[in-house]
Amino acid sequence: MDALDVARWQFGVTTVYHFLFVPLTIGLSVLVAILQTMWHRTGNERYLKLTKFYGKLFLINFAMGVVTGIVQEFQFGMNWSDYSRFVGDVFGAPLAIEALVAFFLESTFIGLWIFGWDRLPKRAHLASIWAAAIGTNLSAYFILAANSFMQNPVGYRINADTGRAELTDFPAVLTNKVALITFPHTLAGSFLVAGSLVTAVGLWHVIRNRGSADTGAYRFATKFGSWVVLVASAAVLFTGDIQGKIMTDVQPMKMAAAEGLYTTESPASFSVLTVGSLDGSREVFAIKIPYLLSYLGTGDPNGTVHGINDLQAQYATQYGAGSYTPIIPVTYWSFRFMIAFGMAAGAIALLVLWSQRKGRTPSSKWLLRAGLAMPVLPLLANSFGWIFTEMGRQPWIVFGEMLTRNGVSRSVSLAEVLTSFTAFTLIYATLAVIEVKLLLRYAKAGVPDVSEQPPTDDTDDAERPLAFAY
Amino acid sequence: MELTTIWFLLVAVLFTGYFILEGFDFGVGMLLPVLGRDDRERRVLINTIGPVWDGNEVWLITAGGAMFAAFPEWYATLFSGFYLPLLLILLALIARGVAFEYRHKRPEASWKRRWDAAIVVGSLLPAILWGVAFANILRGVPLDADHEYVGGLLNLLNPYALLGGATTLALFLTHGAVFIALKTTGDIRERAGALAVRLGVGAAVLAVGFLTWTLSIRSSAAAVVLAVGAALALLGGLAAARVRREGWAFTGTAVAIGLAVATLFAALFPNVLPSTLDAAGTLTATNAASTPYTLKIMTWVAVIFTPVVLAYQGWTYWVFRKRIGVANIPQH
Repeated sequence: MDALDVARWQFGVTTVYHFLFVPLTIGLSVLVAILQTMWHRTGNERYLKLTKFYGKLFLINFAMGVVTGIVQEFQFGMNWSDYSRFVGDVFGAPLAIEALVAFFLESTFIGLWIFGWDRLPKRAHLASIWAAAIGTNLSAYFILAANSFMQNPVGYRINADTGRAELTDFPAVLTNKVALITFPHTLAGSFLVAGSLVTAVGLWHVIRNRGSADTGAYRFATKFGSWVVLVASAAVLFTGDIQGKIMTDVQPMKMAAAEGLYTTESPASFSVLTVGSLDGSREVFAIKIPYLLSYLGTGDPNGTVHGINDLQAQYATQYGAGSYTPIIPVTYWSFRFMIAFGMAAGAIALLVLWSQRKGRTPSSKWLLRAGLAMPVLPLLANSFGWIFTEMGRQPWIVFGEMLTRNGVSRSVSLAEVLTSFTAFTLIYATLAVIEVKLLLRYAKAGVPDVSEQPPTDDTDDAERPLAFAY
Repeated sequence: MELTTIWFLLVAVLFTGYFILEGFDFGVGMLLPVLGRDDRERRVLINTIGPVWDGNEVWLITAGGAMFAAFPEWYATLFSGFYLPLLLILLALIARGVAFEYRHKRPEASWKRRWDAAIVVGSLLPAILWGVAFANILRGVPLDADHEYVGGLLNLLNPYALLGGATTLALFLTHGAVFIALKTTGDIRERAGALAVRLGVGAAVLAVGFLTWTLSIRSSAAAVVLAVGAALALLGGLAAARVRREGWAFTGTAVAIGLAVATLFAALFPNVLPSTLDAAGTLTATNAASTPYTLKIMTWVAVIFTPVVLAYQGWTYWVFRKRIGVANIPQH
């Protein structure tokens, strides 16, 4: 074990952890904004209750996303300083713009929304949640543009004197075809998580909290969430399909690694299950669907998909001797888990909708169990998707330009990285337990009573309790 | 003006804004057990910064991002070199940020006590460590010819840097007390006002000592003027605090912190991280900078969006301008 290994583990752990909170923030901010808009439009108290209820869950989650996000920005400089030196000219710009254009918007307006219930005119308050939601979604775009440069570097040149990447075409970086497809795919994945949470919590109350005066609100939430999940599932599939073709084009090794496809095939079949030899260098047993991989990768059922061995040989000639193959079992399984967990959420959403058809009230305890699993499934799908994307790029940190092992900080010792990795893991684990318990507590508590709102007359204003206080 | 100079100034402005804004957040956090004698009072204190602390912290994220984009060498060397202090700052900011949001989520006293501790420690550590870090930037650190940090942790804990830490600590405590006096009513307001004066005297002594030592290490005409301005602003703020003119007192401490940070940057320029070893290791606004193309794009983005950000953040402070007191704290 050396500092490089620990730095990689730390990046993996902190990033996957951060991205447990991000999709909910992205998706739920918009869903809460929609609920509040419905209240605004109809005046129906049910939507106000749901806005406040899901808003509370959103904020419990939001805090975690914020604080773990700062680590992400600092980590590049702390653990990956040679990477930062190499790409700073290109990669720093989207990060800085993300902070200036998106984070300020998000953080400032979320504060206005949380505390502004009685301080802002209704319209301005509604606009605040939308501004925060837009900020959140914008930030995803900039960060994905930065990540896409690592997958498919564009709009730059290498300065021969300094050996560093220099930006030559910023619009090209922002319109990187990998970024343009990864953005909608990530948003769809985020709405999958948010819709699942809305559905699961609603369903729990529909089944467990029968006869409650708020059943109507919960039924609505369950249906609303399920529809979001269904639409998001379709969007995930559609964007994922396009993404697969782009990946085959710009990172053929990643596609081959997703499939454990060792030799070039045309047509290539999709492996539903492949058992490889222990070192992952050849397959032992496989169940395959003919033509599917060719279609996924190239759009043509007879298209050629390059195999790992050929690409390895080609890269060794192009970049010099060495291994250019990711860890195949990791890419192979994370790719499959991503698809399976994501689609499972969609399937459960269908069941949930079916169970409530024509005003029926579901009561099956199996449906409840499946429903409660819903938010976890797309979270796993998102995590595996990122693990696949990042591990599939290895051994590169910037594809074709810089190896991961050359990006690590030279001045940081193993002891320092270990200290930092241990500290983050401990604090993150502790906070995860606290966060989940709080979420469950507030999810179970149900929608708030909104009739207790303070009177709107302005007499004795100085003594009036705040509508919301920490 | 050269683009690299503009970006040096912008990074300086971002850190200055960060320390002015999160400075009082830190102060309020640290004074939680001092000025908040029971739960309701502590809630009053937390709610003075509740709507704004997150937006204030984005100044740091933006400063870090701007440094990464405009001066990648500076960002890379500084962040990898000041590894353990930054790690502590990150852990502190994590615990503190979550604490604000989670503290009131359960009624148990033990639950609140733990989050209070997180707020206090999470505010105290950065308040000291930022001072230590910036003093070291100014003093210079051992960098080899590749601009790699070759000093250990102990190298960062020199007397000058520790004085820097004590200075930021005292300044932020004073700034926080003044802010509380400005934003609250009743008993807390009185106690905060009185405490601000006492803290402020200590802060003034430390700040004058630290800035004098700073100017003896490296200096420029602008730095001297700014340092004198910082001292005068702090004294003016204290005088206002003594007669309970809270708005002026807050203006005074805010300007004092702003000018003190500006003093450091003015003394530092054109270096961004001087080396105490090989002069070739010194990072400057020129040799640490990104290409003119990148700086040009970033300049356009900054020119367009910074006024917008300032406008809506300023508006937030206007929306939440009212003082609060224990009567305003709801039961739940």
